[in-house]
Amino acid sequence: MNPARVLAVVTPYTVTPGLMDALQVTVLVLVAAGATAVVLTRVSARQVIALSVYGLLLAVLFLTFQAPDVTLSELTVGAVALPILLLLTLAKVRRREK
Amino acid sequence: MTARQRLWAFLTGMAGLAAFYLWGLAGLPGFGAYPGPYGDIINRIALAQTNATGVVSAVNFDYRGFDTVGEEFILFAAATGVATVLRHLRGERERAARDEALGVNAPPTSEAVRMTALILAGPVLVLGWFLASHAQTSPSGGFQGGVVLATAFILVYLAGQFLALRRISPVDITDAVEAVGAGGFAAVGIAAVGMGLAYLTNFLPLGTIPGAVSSSGTIALISFFVGLEVGAAFILIVSELLEQTLLLREESR
Amino acid sequence: MQVFPFVVVAWILGVGLYGIVTSRHLVHLIVCLIIVQSSTYVLLLGVGYVTGAVAPYFFDVPVHTPAVDPVVQALALTDVVVEAAVTALLLALAVQAHKRFGTLDPNELVQLRG
Repeated sequence: MNPARVLAVVTPYTVTPGLMDALQVTVLVLVAAGATAVVLTRVSARQVIALSVYGLLLAVLFLTFQAPDVTLSELTVGAVALPILLLLTLAKVRRREK
Repeated sequence: MTARQRLWAFLTGMAGLAAFYLWGLAGLPGFGAYPGPYGDIINRIALAQTNATGVVSAVNFDYRGFDTVGEEFILFAAATGVATVLRHLRGERERAARDEALGVNAPPTSEAVRMTALILAGPVLVLGWFLASHAQTSPSGGFQGGVVLATAFILVYLAGQFLALRRISPVDITDAVEAVGAGGFAAVGIAAVGMGLAYLTNFLPLGTIPGAVSSSGTIALISFFVGLEVGAAFILIVSELLEQTLLLREESR
Repeated sequence: MQVFPFVVVAWILGVGLYGIVTSRHLVHLIVCLIIVQSSTYVLLLGVGYVTGAVAPYFFDVPVHTPAVDPVVQALALTDVVVEAAVTALLLALAVQAHKRFGTLDPNELVQLRG
């Protein structure tokens, strides 16, 4: 298929393709580890915090994939919308269990 | 089916799925070797055709605007669904007052949290407005801006009490804002039909400076409406859940 | 590096599905569903990536610079926000299920209706 393209544009914040590859592999490994950690945590406020950290790692991954718009969405949703929904549900459910 | 049997059935299914997945993966071009023409074509012509420097938002609200209308109505339906599922059931209040008679002893919110939330509420509101209105210039857009707008209201709840949130965003007004957002998007599309063009054609003047806030025709307008709708939907959802969580506490006073 | 992102996508999907299958609390199940959904975002963006290209925003680079595919980014971007709202609907259903049946264990919820 297409050969790998050489560096298209040189800006003050460009990195070489090798460095970008290493960065992407690192963040991908972290994301896989984060997903495993979230699944293996028991349901509690701790799991919600773990999910929030996973959302942050995902946002960094999307940034290394050259997608700043998706980064913004994932940051707002993962830091605000999902944690507050989950914490409110857990508070409601836990109170009845007492 | 016991948990053990379920686990074995799952592992068998996953093995089959993994086999098919690896077979499909063998036929993909490698990561980074992007073959398709569609992305390259859009990148090349989007600025000339729509005067928008943010190609992702141009794709979202102009080239594939119809898909975005569908997604926005999924959001609208989800917010309506939450309001319906969490409605006050008959006989719920009496049962709650009898069972949870003693109040829950929760520690009061710390002063640091309240002050930080209060200070941040205003700037976050401005940030959400900025994001929702700058879709065509930089990485922003209606969806992100809407969630950030809802964040500002949630910060008000964190800074004060649930009553403060209810006072500044009563359910009727939030409902109306959400309807204006969703209907506005559809109306912009139908206005194009009324002028004899296809649905959701970009018919407003495109502006002279590419990427200015007033450029790119209907993209800026649609992004603003989407921001309103997404923000109002999330405020509604959080208000409903808050009311459910705190309803018992209010009744037991 | 040719297929590593897609292997990670399969791993996240598998881990999320394992969490759903062996879950004992409905809210834990919903969190694992969020993980499964996130694997699709990584897949979408991985398909559209071009080596050595920039983000598809042309206010500081000239127009004919090779850029990443913007169509999959548009899909992923609306995906993230909309699926948060759908998760809210699932959580509302879980709240009402807890009110009716008193438990959120999927094993017991199945047997309650008789």
